[in-house]
Amino acid sequence: MSATRDHLGRHLVAVTGMGLVTPLGLGVAESWAGLLAGRSGIRRITRFPTEHLKTSIAGQVALPEEAGRPPLSSPERVERMAALAAAEAVAQSGIDARFPGPLFLGMPPVEVEWPQRLELARQTAGEAAGRYTAMIAAAEGRRDLFETFLFGGIGERLADRFGTEGAPVSVSTACATGASAIQLGVEAIQRGEAAAALCIGAEGSVAPEAMIRFSLLSALSTRNEEPERASRPFEKTREGFVMSEGAAALVLESLESARARGAEVLGLVLGAGERADSFHRTRSNPDGGAIIGAMRAAIADAGLEPGQIDYVNAHGTGTPENDKMETLGMRAVFGEAPPPISSNKSMIGHTLSAAGAIEAVVSLLTIRDGILPPTINHETPDPAIPLDVVPNAARPARVARVLSNSFGFGGQNVCLVLGAAP
Amino acid sequence: MSEAVWITGIGLVSSLGEGEAPHLAALQDAASRPAVDEAGFAPFPIHPLPALALDSQIPKKGDQRQMEPWQRLGTYAAGLALDHAGARALAADMHLVVAAGGGERDVALDETICRELATLPPGEAGPLLNGRLANGLRPTLFLAQLSNLLAGNISIVHGVTGSSRTFMGEESAGADAVRIAAARLAEGRGETALVGGAYVAGRWDMLLLFGTSGALWRDGWVPLAERGPGGVVMGSAGAFLVLETARHARARGARGLAKLSAIRTGTARRRSDDTARAEAGRLAEGLPLRPGYAVFSGASGASDPLAEEAAFLADLAAAGPAPGPVRHTTDLLGHAVEATFPANLALAALALRAGLVPQALVTGFGLWRGEALALLEPIAEEAGA
Repeated sequence: MSATRDHLGRHLVAVTGMGLVTPLGLGVAESWAGLLAGRSGIRRITRFPTEHLKTSIAGQVALPEEAGRPPLSSPERVERMAALAAAEAVAQSGIDARFPGPLFLGMPPVEVEWPQRLELARQTAGEAAGRYTAMIAAAEGRRDLFETFLFGGIGERLADRFGTEGAPVSVSTACATGASAIQLGVEAIQRGEAAAALCIGAEGSVAPEAMIRFSLLSALSTRNEEPERASRPFEKTREGFVMSEGAAALVLESLESARARGAEVLGLVLGAGERADSFHRTRSNPDGGAIIGAMRAAIADAGLEPGQIDYVNAHGTGTPENDKMETLGMRAVFGEAPPPISSNKSMIGHTLSAAGAIEAVVSLLTIRDGILPPTINHETPDPAIPLDVVPNAARPARVARVLSNSFGFGGQNVCLVLGAAP
Repeated sequence: MSEAVWITGIGLVSSLGEGEAPHLAALQDAASRPAVDEAGFAPFPIHPLPALALDSQIPKKGDQRQMEPWQRLGTYAAGLALDHAGARALAADMHLVVAAGGGERDVALDETICRELATLPPGEAGPLLNGRLANGLRPTLFLAQLSNLLAGNISIVHGVTGSSRTFMGEESAGADAVRIAAARLAEGRGETALVGGAYVAGRWDMLLLFGTSGALWRDGWVPLAERGPGGVVMGSAGAFLVLETARHARARGARGLAKLSAIRTGTARRRSDDTARAEAGRLAEGLPLRPGYAVFSGASGASDPLAEEAAFLADLAAAGPAPGPVRHTTDLLGHAVEATFPANLALAALALRAGLVPQALVTGFGLWRGEALALLEPIAEEAGA
């Protein structure tokens, strides 16, 4: 039996349950099969009118309870997808009573949305029609709105449902959110604060206003006529990311406690590293310092050398800027012969707050099955990106350790190192 | 493994003013009152922001333009904390944990669209909404609106880059931000952390959300004790703390304001016997309270949690040493949601440093959910410190 402590004497952190909800399917099996088949989950948006939108494509999760009714609000979608992923993860872990640790939920900011605002506005009239004062009066007694749109509401309901311990912590670090949620869980276990942690990243922001806002930043692909070909990370003709939604959940546990209860260990979270950038709100410092720092910090935290990383699960959004900077980071950290790197976002789009968690699960599946998911839509290589991006088709490879990158707007960068079960 | 954690700087802005002086004065005067704006957001009284010399903390106009008042307030208060701790030079390796709410909406645009679309059937309103938003939304407002961009702005303006995390979840987020930052320092993952939050009370979008709680106080401002069973008055506050390991503070000759000797958070479901009172009682188990400990209550003013807190404090008094005074700081600051717990830690640290109280118990009882306790101890003057 191998050690249960890491190179710094901390508890080794095992993964004993995983759950996925992506545009490729509900559940780990369907989503992973789609990724290995190189299938795109990007489609024309059907959930709401797309007139006047520059981008009318997205990754969308079809929730069974939404059929034939107006779309759920973002917090409701986030909560449902998070709950589906968490239920799958907890079931796999075999934990069947109270969950023996805290909940860390990576989620987007939420607020009262247009359908609610317009519903309230319809109850106003005359001089005050549509005014906030009148809408506030119309909203009196609407505890349902309060509890739905509070930031803490989603976490509270999930904590209640899964019986997690203590106050649920909801975290947002933009596109690194899912990785931050995992990092918080890893740290709580490493410091012995908890035997386990339920870590979730969930996103449900595909809605008109959010899409318009990202469009105003020129961040989104506008390849509306070919949705499946729109997400093109690391490719020469890439021109933006594709918004998407989904959720992933991981049951983390100290290796010691997982073994003590005879749970199957699916893999390890070996290390985490983070570094904030002070350069610009939406761009990285051209020197790549924060990205490189986060990658190196994660590898060092795992007690490894860069040469021991077999594969990198990319942040790989498909924006000209990100992919250029990630390439710079790869060359700086790994030198002339970097390991293969591929982007799940080429198939499922950018799930924003969920991405870091989804990609951590995919990293563990990559290790489990010894097969690298591809970067699809790789038609014209970009000479400025001299990387093996596993173009277009999955391929077998022996993978023991994966670096998973997450780089966020606002300069929040988090990297994880995932490893095989001992 | 477990290093003592000190508060070595505070950055506090409220309707009372900014920094140590107005807040210490308010703590020493039982009759002190916050500034109140009863007309601007009627029927809700709020505690407005004081005038801020923004250029002193956010020197670039371009940075100021990229933010709305909430992010400016937080970035400003964060800078005050760095200055107060003499910690500017430490920013590059400093951890940052921000408790954030939502950023400002464009209220004028919202109202224009609502007025126009409210009379249309939903089938016609949808496409028109897209057009109005596409033409009306300002690109800069998106970044000003993102919750994690308060942290982003603090990194950009003050160079805090050790790490950056943003917690969301109202009052609880403020307490957990401090708890987790302190835990990371205590276990040796860094020497300094900047932690806190900000809330701007004069915002219609937030009053719409918090108004649906049914807990907001209406009409004229009166102290909490005169609000019958309760009532919440939203208050503007920016509150940041510099946390530092005692070892590191001593080594650089920095004075500690107070020692953060315990911080615990929890959440009662607030149904049947899973009450806020019982949860707080569990959190208080084993706290080394001494006679005369002062209570800095972070109760929002909402009636049910207020009653739960009173019962908890009575339990604590019955089972332990005799408490000193209980100060409901909402009478000084109003309710500042995410910023409330850090603001109360700041007030308690100031009171300890000034020798006003022997020991401070800071409470947090969320308007809807979340309980938190922190225990602050004075730091004895050390030779050479």
